[in-house]
Amino acid sequence: MAEAAQAAPEIRPLVPHLTLGETRDQDYLNGSKCTKCGAVYVGPRLFCAECSSQGPFESLRLSDQGEVYVWSIIHQATPYVKAPYIAAVVDLPEGVAVNTNIEGVEPDPKNLSFGMKVKMYTEKVSEDKEGNSYIAYKFKPVE
Amino acid sequence: MREVAVIGVSMIKFGRYPDRDFAQLAAQAGVEALKDGSVEMKQIEALYSGNLYQTSGSGQRILQQMGQTGIPVVNVANACATGSTAFREAYYAIASGAYDIVMAVGSEQMGKQGLLGSRGDPATSLEGRVGSYMMPAVFGFAGMEHSRAYGTSQEQFALASVKNHFHSTMNPLAQYQKESPLDEVLNSRMISSPNTLLMCCPTGDGAAAAILTSMDKARQFTTQPIKVAASVLTSDPYTPRGQTLPDINTLTRNAAKIAYETAGIGPEDLDQVELHDCFATAELLHYENLGLCGEGEAGAHVASGAPWLGNTIPTKYQEDVAPYQDKTYQPKSKAVVNASGGLLSKGHPLGATGVANIAEIVFHLRGQAGGRQVEGSKVGLAHVIGLCSACTINVLQK
Repeated sequence: MAEAAQAAPEIRPLVPHLTLGETRDQDYLNGSKCTKCGAVYVGPRLFCAECSSQGPFESLRLSDQGEVYVWSIIHQATPYVKAPYIAAVVDLPEGVAVNTNIEGVEPDPKNLSFGMKVKMYTEKVSEDKEGNSYIAYKFKPVE
Repeated sequence: MREVAVIGVSMIKFGRYPDRDFAQLAAQAGVEALKDGSVEMKQIEALYSGNLYQTSGSGQRILQQMGQTGIPVVNVANACATGSTAFREAYYAIASGAYDIVMAVGSEQMGKQGLLGSRGDPATSLEGRVGSYMMPAVFGFAGMEHSRAYGTSQEQFALASVKNHFHSTMNPLAQYQKESPLDEVLNSRMISSPNTLLMCCPTGDGAAAAILTSMDKARQFTTQPIKVAASVLTSDPYTPRGQTLPDINTLTRNAAKIAYETAGIGPEDLDQVELHDCFATAELLHYENLGLCGEGEAGAHVASGAPWLGNTIPTKYQEDVAPYQDKTYQPKSKAVVNASGGLLSKGHPLGATGVANIAEIVFHLRGQAGGRQVEGSKVGLAHVIGLCSACTINVLQK
């Protein structure tokens, strides 16, 4: 049997709640809204944790701007990650929050504040053994 | 439902046991609990075994060490609330009348494996690329949420470490028995702000066991049966932000409400509490969650002296604490918190913790806690939370 054709490396989102566009400036965070009770989720859903229905769920494009709810400066990081870095929970106007890294400022508490306005961007963060690239979202302060 | 009593408990010293396996540690705890309760292995009708890292069969392997009597074994895994969930299963087995004498055992052998090890293919891991999901970050966030609401400072959180490390010097079963003044806590290596190294619990190995029977039968075994006045388990209710930031507060508050109603007491009636101080930030949040103080008062509470052994701040720490004291503050509860040294010093072998907290309260209610004895303790509460998310509260009464 002939060897299977080598699959061309793909560009993939690192998380299911990131939708990739043709170019990185077209990438966006996706969510879903339960049409029964209005609960909003990050990413796709099959069932509603709030009203126990099966929706149906309406797909949402989440905002690319939000506010820092809380953060922690991580000094002891997992081995492949450079420390210190800023991990944060960012609130989005749709009523949900996302985990993220905050980039664009030094990881020092004086550069951060509760409610600070931040904007989403995406970039390649890793590559697997087959050569597939993984794109993640991050946030940086709004200028 | 029958009234349930604890008649035997044990906890082995938490630490590192590289030359023994988890089943040997657990069997040691089991054998000691049998001896403590004047019970023989052949009298035990069922075993509830809490262990998180053994994917199955932990209880059977423990019986292979201490007595293969053929009894039913239920293996329990419920995050950090694993041991206390096993205890609760044992409680209901007695309360329902299904069995007359049962054992709950919690064990874990974590070795020196930290909580930071990456799992799976690093190329597709979210950790550190899309925020952080590890416990130090989660409990950093939880502390920051309190700071955001009430202005709580890193120093106020750190006082929980000063207190618990001080208490641990009187607990020979604690993994660490070292004091740490405030500046030492603050100047230790930063892990995830605001928690420094000395504001994080260690990993380790350990085991603890408890023997339960009905109150009617308890007097055949002991003159000091301890009543289980409430045994509560909750999970985290839906909140929009909870999808992203684990909510450790709501399920604890829900469990506390049920526990107080069931036991017919309030926080003001508690003599002592063993609560889940996996990080210093967590201890302060749970003061409020358990109703030991009012909303936003946790910083004033730890500095007031109320949760310290003897409800007093030792002279040597008065200077550390003075800047954070509010002279007008009145605590809702004078329960001593984490007389054992807490997870911060006693250690946190995951599956063992929930049973060990109960053993600690029992030691005090019997007046057997040595230098750390909470004088005249009659009512104690043991609280555990595991992510994502389980909360147990057990109320024990003399």
